[in-house]
Amino acid sequence: MSAMDHPTVILPRETRPRANQPLLQVENLVVEFPTRRGVLRAIDDVSFHIDPGEVLGVVGESGAGKSLTGASIIGLLEPPGRIAGGRIFLDGSRIDDLPPEKLRRIRGKQIGAIFQDPLTSLNPLYSVGRQLVETITTHLDMNQAEARRRAIDLLAEVGIPAPERRIDHYPHQFSGGMRQRVVIALALCANPRLIIADEPTTALDVSIQAQIIALLKRLCRDHGTAVMLITHDMGVIAETADRVAVMYAGRIAEVGPVRQVIKHALHPYTVGLMGSIPSVGVDRARLAQIDGAMPRLNAIPEGCAFNPRCPKVFDRCRVERPDLIPQGPTAVSCWLYDRKEARRG
Amino acid sequence: MAAYILRRLMQAVIVMLAVGFIAFGMFNFVGDPVTNFIGQDATPEDHERMRAALGLDQPFYVQYARFAANAAQGEFGTSYRLGMKVSAVLAERLPATLELVFAAAAISILVGVPLGVYTGIHRYGLLSRAFLTFSLVGISLPTFLIGILLILVFSVILGWLPSFGRGQVVPVGWWSTGYLTQSGLRSLILPAITLGLFQTTLIMRLVRAEMLEVLRTDYIKFARARGLTERAINFGHALKNTMVPVITIMGLQIGGLIAFAIITETVFQWPGMGLLFLQAIQYADVPVMSCYLILVAMMFVLINLAVDLLYYAVDPRLRADRGAVRGRQV
Repeated sequence: MSAMDHPTVILPRETRPRANQPLLQVENLVVEFPTRRGVLRAIDDVSFHIDPGEVLGVVGESGAGKSLTGASIIGLLEPPGRIAGGRIFLDGSRIDDLPPEKLRRIRGKQIGAIFQDPLTSLNPLYSVGRQLVETITTHLDMNQAEARRRAIDLLAEVGIPAPERRIDHYPHQFSGGMRQRVVIALALCANPRLIIADEPTTALDVSIQAQIIALLKRLCRDHGTAVMLITHDMGVIAETADRVAVMYAGRIAEVGPVRQVIKHALHPYTVGLMGSIPSVGVDRARLAQIDGAMPRLNAIPEGCAFNPRCPKVFDRCRVERPDLIPQGPTAVSCWLYDRKEARRG
Repeated sequence: MAAYILRRLMQAVIVMLAVGFIAFGMFNFVGDPVTNFIGQDATPEDHERMRAALGLDQPFYVQYARFAANAAQGEFGTSYRLGMKVSAVLAERLPATLELVFAAAAISILVGVPLGVYTGIHRYGLLSRAFLTFSLVGISLPTFLIGILLILVFSVILGWLPSFGRGQVVPVGWWSTGYLTQSGLRSLILPAITLGLFQTTLIMRLVRAEMLEVLRTDYIKFARARGLTERAINFGHALKNTMVPVITIMGLQIGGLIAFAIITETVFQWPGMGLLFLQAIQYADVPVMSCYLILVAMMFVLINLAVDLLYYAVDPRLRADRGAVRGRQV
């Protein structure tokens, strides 16, 4: 299939100007779960972007909506969850309203995914080679022999020794760390432009976690692949990400360059989060902790979702919801940084 | 592998000896075959002579030992009722039952598995609900009632299909088959549906439950994330993972089909082993009954062996303890 057979067609779809455009743009994403007792809003008006080749860390407590955001992007929300609002653009063209078959062609080819548990991500009944080959032939125009050669190359690239022999082995013959390497190879099959890595190291031993993170970092730098790295481990983010988005109760609390957010956290929640990380060399009797717990989806307070736990809460926080307010390289959704408040204060 | 099969076959011999013992012991109490043989007006002397001729005057354990020794050589004695060799009688009836069972098993797998997959994938679909409701009928109606209903509708009212018998059969070697004649095939339809309906609905519900289970697993989610087609996911990845439990149940059910065939064969006057067995009970024809039970036990054992071997074919994890150990957990 050459470009000659298909004269350039201008799609009637919504497209954006191409100059300097982000690889992925999420605008005002809303995800809802209809239940018998009303609609639960799991993700509420989330916007962010990822530039080509960039690593965006997404951090937050369990239930903050990190994984759901990832699942929404690749169109794999589990019913009855659904995207109730917002738009998602990949390379400037809208993907959240695509028919399932078109979205399937994007999954694996343009956007790869890695999930938490490598032990259960692979089908136990097929050799890893078969699973690699079927993924390759689904997305790339290759025959079986070519696909197998590519599969061996991929296994070598993710650091599996003796790939010519290992390709015919079954998942149970690999250790946890090796299996996660195979999973990464599967995500890389069609050279995607973005990888969504959902807690890729949580299920692994600490010593192996570092290896896998280093591998992911190296591969993405080599291939120019962007990564959306979802984790609750601030250490992994600090080591890997270019920018970080902090999520709380289905919203983004703060997003900015990783050094900036770690060194000079703005949002009181981020400040609390950083305070709760133990650091070597600083002698503290007790780690700081944030009082209370993240609200359940059916009990998210009015105004700022963090206001019942916030040490700096004031009246406006309880009635009005803050949007992301730019603060230098960072953006933060907190009324403390509103210009009006500054003038008043 | 060969040692494994040999071990299983040894176990099979023990199982069949036990079955033979129980069967033989039980049948000593079903009635006196001699009475059926010589009629009402025979003298007690005739009676005793007949008992001695049949070896029935010997103690039980002697009778059993002789029976087991003969059975080991494929010799099951002479049918009291028919006066023919039991092995010959059963060999004549075996093809009828096995063809019926094979047809019923084929129906239950070819219909049950696709329906199970369909209702598993389209969980909330209208058609799925219809199939599930319909399957309740198959689960709950007794076999003989289904047979009689089918005869009523398709033979009596509509007159499309024969209501009894096996139609015309053709000998192929020592086997007589009804699969090759039109009347044989037409006669097969109703009994095969009757016998297979319960298994069909059972397999359908089993496959559905397993599909629902497997479709929730992480590797199916990951297969979706890899962008595989729905077809590859449902049939390549999900269905194969449902197969281990399904094969187990299917194996047991095929044994059950042979046993259940007694009822279907009676309803349709199908000239198979089940019908023969029922008639043998009426006449206290012990050699036929014993031979039938041992044959059924043997089939159960062989089917179970086949099922175990199929596990190895389906699931690589079971093959792990041999050969692949070297590559483990590197």
